[in-house]
Amino acid sequence: MNALGKLVRTTAFKLSFAYLIIFTVFAFVTLGYVAWSAQKLLTDQFVSTIQAEIGGLAEQYRIGGLRRLVNSVERRSRRPGASLYLVTTSNGERIAGNVVALPPGVIDRPGQFETFYSRTEESGENDVEPSHAIVRVYLLPGGFRLMVGRDIEERKRLRDIIHRAFGYSLLFIGVLGCVGAWFIARRVLKRVEDMTETTRHIMAGDLGGRLKIAGTGDELDRLAQNLNDMLERIGELMHGMREVSDNIAHDLKTPLTRLRNKADEALRTAKSPDELKAALEATIEESDNLIRIFNALLMIARLEAGNAREGLADFDAAEAVRDVAELYEALAEEAGVALEVAVEGDLPVHGSRELLGQAMANLLDNALKYGAAPGGPAQAISVEARRRDGEVLVVVADRGPGIPEAERNRVLERFVRLETARSRPGFGLGLSLVAAVARLHGGALRLEDNRPGLRVVLALPLKA
Amino acid sequence: MRILIIEDDREAASYLVKAFREAGYVADHAADGLDGYAMAEAGDYDVLVVDRMLPKLDGLSLIRSLREQKIETPVLILSALGQVDDRVKGLRAGGDDYLPKPYAFSELLARVEVLSRRRAAMPAAESTVYRIADLELDRLSHRVTRSGQEILLQPREFRLLEYLMRNANQVVTRTMLLEHVWDYHFDPQTNVIDVHVSRLRAKIDKGFDKPLIHTIRGAGYMVRVGAEGAEE
Repeated sequence: MNALGKLVRTTAFKLSFAYLIIFTVFAFVTLGYVAWSAQKLLTDQFVSTIQAEIGGLAEQYRIGGLRRLVNSVERRSRRPGASLYLVTTSNGERIAGNVVALPPGVIDRPGQFETFYSRTEESGENDVEPSHAIVRVYLLPGGFRLMVGRDIEERKRLRDIIHRAFGYSLLFIGVLGCVGAWFIARRVLKRVEDMTETTRHIMAGDLGGRLKIAGTGDELDRLAQNLNDMLERIGELMHGMREVSDNIAHDLKTPLTRLRNKADEALRTAKSPDELKAALEATIEESDNLIRIFNALLMIARLEAGNAREGLADFDAAEAVRDVAELYEALAEEAGVALEVAVEGDLPVHGSRELLGQAMANLLDNALKYGAAPGGPAQAISVEARRRDGEVLVVVADRGPGIPEAERNRVLERFVRLETARSRPGFGLGLSLVAAVARLHGGALRLEDNRPGLRVVLALPLKA
Repeated sequence: MRILIIEDDREAASYLVKAFREAGYVADHAADGLDGYAMAEAGDYDVLVVDRMLPKLDGLSLIRSLREQKIETPVLILSALGQVDDRVKGLRAGGDDYLPKPYAFSELLARVEVLSRRRAAMPAAESTVYRIADLELDRLSHRVTRSGQEILLQPREFRLLEYLMRNANQVVTRTMLLEHVWDYHFDPQTNVIDVHVSRLRAKIDKGFDKPLIHTIRGAGYMVRVGAEGAEE
């Protein structure tokens, strides 16, 4: 595609061209109307002048007869100007006036019409060129004929001027339009090509690149701005993804190494098939744990990326909380812990019952694991769900040692476990998942002091 | 039982084929969606194990096509996508069960066995009374008796026993119980399910010399008469 073809194909050029045609048509219509009006005005003026003169001359004839009329006509004929006069007998013989030749029969037809004529000049020479005139013939009493006319070459000249103006303006509009279209198209094309060039760079890997904003606030600027915003968002998402995958890779390294070491150790130290079998079983157990960690990490990553959002629906949080509490009630009883459940009826929430259930399960797991004071007897755990100020508050509170205020934010991070929890099984992902679930629902997770113990508040927006 | 595994990962597929054969079943393998569809259409399989992401024809489309052909072989969908809505999409396409990867083979085996049995026993399975030895569960009146003696169960315990008896002589995993009795699909990390089963067991088996609810090590639970095989 050559440069000109490219230019001609631009939207800007096509638009400019279309405008050019519209303006040309418009100019022609306007000029045409002006020309027609001017002609009409002139003609009207001629006609009324002629009428007036005929009236005047007829009056002269009435007052003073032919002599007076001829005198008037002679006098008027001598005036410089364009009026034409002719007085003839009934058979067309000229008596007075400045017209010498008329096409035959003209003088016999009363009324107004256009005709050719020749006139006598002061010098007496005849006009060689017959001219165009508008004339009116009037029958005088007594068979004489009076003709008054006006030369309309003037009108023709006007028309010629207008015609010429037509031509020039057409040329002018054409040239100006083409130049303008070319100029505008080139300007737009250049900006679009700049944008194309930049996007190509970005696609080639320069993800930090951004489109130039001309600052004119026009549609191209808006487009560039939107594309820039989109790039920004993509960059953020990619950064997030990279961070998550980096974290997962890092997080899995430790348990994988442990797994490998265990297998290695078994291989080196096991003496009997039974010992080997036990080692293998331990290895499988460890890999099951790995799978669990992996699943949990993946789930958190997905929740944080907002991928689960499309599966959300309206459900009753009260029922979900009650169900999970009931699920854990047997386990609590086994551990000698009373589970005090206080759930208000009907707490509509938009989200995932499944995820809220999982979050509740994690919280109850934690409460059962860490809710007892060290060495002390098991204490009651309370589960609440109620509405307050447009929120659904789901609370799981224990009476254990709690979490020191300084550590409360840290325990929400992945793999963070308090020193006191190290001796118990777990991966340090439970609260991270709950926090991710809260965020997915547009809510928040708060860790509070239960005096004594930990009070976990999951605040979810109430479905209106 | 004949099982068709439609899975494009050769290593995973050969592991599954071997494992199913060791469990005493006939297992075939198709490596892509089109082959899988052709084999499922032609062969007489009891269960299809279908990976969601397959070359040539993806898992969900394959299942949808089979169902349109009125081929109602039970399908278990395997998927790396373990989100809630993925499960829903899979079941909506005509799948009968859904297992996110990675999974334990014992879990897959238990689910496949339940699926195949459900098909084989279809007409009779939905009888209103389940019976195992002297244990009887009436699904309409919600009455449970053993040796004619009524046993009072909580609603959830009833549903637990109902599910176990419906799948009598088959391994039922903890995840399956959480799914069918509580309608949650997450992995029960602690022994929540075990506590419920042992409570149920206390009501059903206590005072009777033949236990009916058995723990299958590394897998789950089974309701059956007698105690052959792996026992706790």
